[in-house]
Amino acid sequence: MNTTPLLSVENLHVAFRQGAERVSAVCGISFNIHQGETFALVGESGSGKSVSALSVLRLLPLGGKILQGSAKLEGVDLFRLPENELCKIRGRRVGVIFQDPMSSLNPVMTIGQQIGEVLRLHFGLKGADLKSRAVELLHQVGMPRPTQHFDEYPHQFSGGMRQRAMIAIALAGEPDLLIADEPTTALDVTIQAQILALLKRLQQETGMALWLITHDLGIVSSIADRVAVMRKGEIVEAADSGPFFKQPQHPYSQQLFDARPRLESCLGRQQTPTSLPLLEVRDFKVYYPIKKGLLQRVVDHVRAVDGVSFSLPQGQTLALVGESGCGKTTLGKALLNLIESSGGQMFFDGKDVTGSSGEARRKRCAEMQIIFQDPFSSMNPRMVVGDIIEEGIRALQPERSEQQRRERAEELLEAVGMTKEARMRYPHEFSGGQRQRICIARALAVNPRLIVCDEPTSALDVSVQKQILALLKDLRKQQGLSYLFISHDLAVVAELADQVAVMRGGKIVEIGPVERVLFKPAHDYTRKLLESVPGRMNQLTPSPN
Amino acid sequence: MIFFWTDTLFFLLLLMLAAAIFRARSKEHLRRPWRKVARSTSAMVSLTVLVFYFGFAILDSIHFHPPEGQGGEGKFKTEAMSLLDWWASPLRQRSEKTYSAPFASHGYARENSRGTDGVSHWAYPRLQFGGAHLADPEKGKFIDILQTGFAGLLDGFLAWLVFAALLIVARSRSGSITFSQCAYDIAEGRTEVPWRAVLLTLLLILLTSFGLGELSLTYHVFGTDKVGEDVFFQSLKSIRTGLLIGTLTTFITLPLALTLGILAGYYRGWVDDIIQYIYTTLNSIPGVLLIAASMLLMQAYMARHEDEFASLALRADFRLLFLCMILGLTSWTGLCRLLRAETLKLREMEYVQAARTLGVHQGTILLRHIMPNVFHLVIISVALDFSSLVLAEAVLSYVNIGVDPTTESWGNMINSARLEMAREPIVWWSLSAAFVFMFALVLAANLFADAVRDAFDPRRAE
Repeated sequence: MNTTPLLSVENLHVAFRQGAERVSAVCGISFNIHQGETFALVGESGSGKSVSALSVLRLLPLGGKILQGSAKLEGVDLFRLPENELCKIRGRRVGVIFQDPMSSLNPVMTIGQQIGEVLRLHFGLKGADLKSRAVELLHQVGMPRPTQHFDEYPHQFSGGMRQRAMIAIALAGEPDLLIADEPTTALDVTIQAQILALLKRLQQETGMALWLITHDLGIVSSIADRVAVMRKGEIVEAADSGPFFKQPQHPYSQQLFDARPRLESCLGRQQTPTSLPLLEVRDFKVYYPIKKGLLQRVVDHVRAVDGVSFSLPQGQTLALVGESGCGKTTLGKALLNLIESSGGQMFFDGKDVTGSSGEARRKRCAEMQIIFQDPFSSMNPRMVVGDIIEEGIRALQPERSEQQRRERAEELLEAVGMTKEARMRYPHEFSGGQRQRICIARALAVNPRLIVCDEPTSALDVSVQKQILALLKDLRKQQGLSYLFISHDLAVVAELADQVAVMRGGKIVEIGPVERVLFKPAHDYTRKLLESVPGRMNQLTPSPN
Repeated sequence: MIFFWTDTLFFLLLLMLAAAIFRARSKEHLRRPWRKVARSTSAMVSLTVLVFYFGFAILDSIHFHPPEGQGGEGKFKTEAMSLLDWWASPLRQRSEKTYSAPFASHGYARENSRGTDGVSHWAYPRLQFGGAHLADPEKGKFIDILQTGFAGLLDGFLAWLVFAALLIVARSRSGSITFSQCAYDIAEGRTEVPWRAVLLTLLLILLTSFGLGELSLTYHVFGTDKVGEDVFFQSLKSIRTGLLIGTLTTFITLPLALTLGILAGYYRGWVDDIIQYIYTTLNSIPGVLLIAASMLLMQAYMARHEDEFASLALRADFRLLFLCMILGLTSWTGLCRLLRAETLKLREMEYVQAARTLGVHQGTILLRHIMPNVFHLVIISVALDFSSLVLAEAVLSYVNIGVDPTTESWGNMINSARLEMAREPIVWWSLSAAFVFMFALVLAANLFADAVRDAFDPRRAE
């Protein structure tokens, strides 16, 4: 390995202006990235990892300011360069991939034009040369039909393909350093595995350095050479990958490891005793019509949920697992009548409740509730928390007095681990985890027997995720709740579920007890999903000594 | 007392505003954004200006039959007059023959007059009222204007002292601090509500209005128009017209746009289809054409029912009200479209879905979840519409389908300026006066609306 580092960041301080105050985001971090190595910066949201990458390229959003420190790219201080000099470095010597491939690609330009822009700007390529180089790049990132994709627009691609296109654009400048900011967070687990493998391969081919920013230790373990853990703007631990994963030194790193949900957690767990089925679904279907022609005739259907049957006993948890677009969320919402179903039957507590409407549907509301993925859009920003929690009581038990409602709201807030004072505050004053607690309190307010949890922890940090999972477990034990747990994360499922149903293309391909499905999968697809879990093949658990 | 239609509606609007304020006081989460508005300097300054304007509009909306001898002359004797008319009688009654420049003592145009010696002169005549008290306007006018103006400023300052003292007493009573301590806090700008800025604005307003008021007793401070009426008085009277058009129109637009927009966005399907058809159809008819047609209809109606519109004032008032209505009917579509689009987005929000799973009634969802979350759009568009409506009035007066020609309005003043600008020497004062008054109002309204939006939009919260 080279002795002079490729990128050397020293004592970097970044702050954001918020009103009159200055909030520091990065407080004095220093690290080196050497030629050809993969450096991973790990941390939870708000730890300042993305901000440090942006400030190295001087791309900070409005209000952000680099207070002091230096970032030297092969000895040239990036903070002292004039803007036009820096433009020659961005995209040419340092490439960037962002998290969301949809919003980082320009929707009105073809992929070819977007790659071509870089090639023209930095290498002055034109015409046929440009096209052949771009096609070569598309081929390099593993696009199946490069010549055809050259003339296609981003919306014609799937998420994984878009991220490949993004990588091709970043590679077009033949950078020495590639910054990948959460490159796979928005992708499915199988696609994530492919993209990580691609990054690894490209790095070996081109010899560039990779600066990976992520929250997921699993990703780090599969590709990083060196790891730095960030917390509240500071690097608490930096080490080579091997020793780090064997024995993390800093208590915070250990905490991150402990908070990770593990597939093994379902092994040897005591099964919830089976009882009468609470929810039984038979041949359930949700079809969306495809309308065509002048008269908008229905020519076909999109089969979002295509004949699903399962039964969920009282007090148990059934997990619906699958990749995006497999119909798991649609199924959950259709069971709650948020989406109209197109066929099949549904029994709740032995009664046929298929397609009930009006007053009957409202009555059923008290028994089935939902918790959503995004804790930021699931609460009305103009209502105080107390009103949000009391809403269900107001609607379903109008006879309760205001005093009773308030007491109930306070009781619920305490049950989910919040203080009573939260009642008079607005949702935006709370963090993601706290908001998710409030959402749980809202669902509990009407004393439901079944809660549909639609990816309740996937927008949260691992440590918060752990707390929320613990809360869900506690509530299940105390109140005998049943959960229909929708998730893409097999490890989270292992922590909580009694049974797992794997969905693909609107159908359940495999269903069974959690231990059997995760450790003796019968279906190929399940096996593929399990293999894609990052860091599974490596020993992620630090050894006890 | 007489209540014209527009008076009744205007007071109703003010009552609703008061009720809304009263309601907001009792709810913590409504009070909080308003407290934020109160903390903003620009908002409080604009509010002071707006309150001043509304004060004039209210004065001008209290109508009564004048006691014998105080009304106009001739056929105007029986016309109702407003409190403002009565208060500003000196301004109202002193009309010249024709144009005169601000602070002029002589007429705008030369005319033949026969002197005492019987020889006719071709000269600028002395004005009947403007500077009439001066023996020799050439020499004494400047000094006199300074003296009178200074007296006015002094009065204004005294009035301001009274206001300031009242405020400080009220504050020191409620906060139980000493008078001097409270005054010191305000002067240092250490109060939560920016009282210092408010008091300074008030000082500015009072100095200007008292100065102008004092001067207007002996001069025409903004000159006179073609028929010799005082332009200052016209501008003051126009305040009511402008505010009414800006506010009463929302009476029509808001309910229409809110209900239709939200219903279309929330229920979609055939409801959406029908509502969209209505507003696209309405939108594809040129607004001016629609307004012209309805104004003609209304005139025909008034001509046929002459006995119901006996007095000039009644006719003018009905015409103003009708204009507000028709302006409202043609201008709700933009807001409606905005609200529909926002509702389409909101109905898919997870909190709306959560409310549905909680069994909340659809009406409640619309009222509690959708409506408050489109409210910032309503505020923004009402503020923007307010200024554009005041301007629309000017445009419509231009094609003679606006307010009644006898109604004083900035639109009518600007309209008449069309010909005045072509005169030599140029008659610039009508236009300028209308511009200054309109500008201050629209600017204050926009600044205030900005602050309100900032306070109510949760995404801009700290």
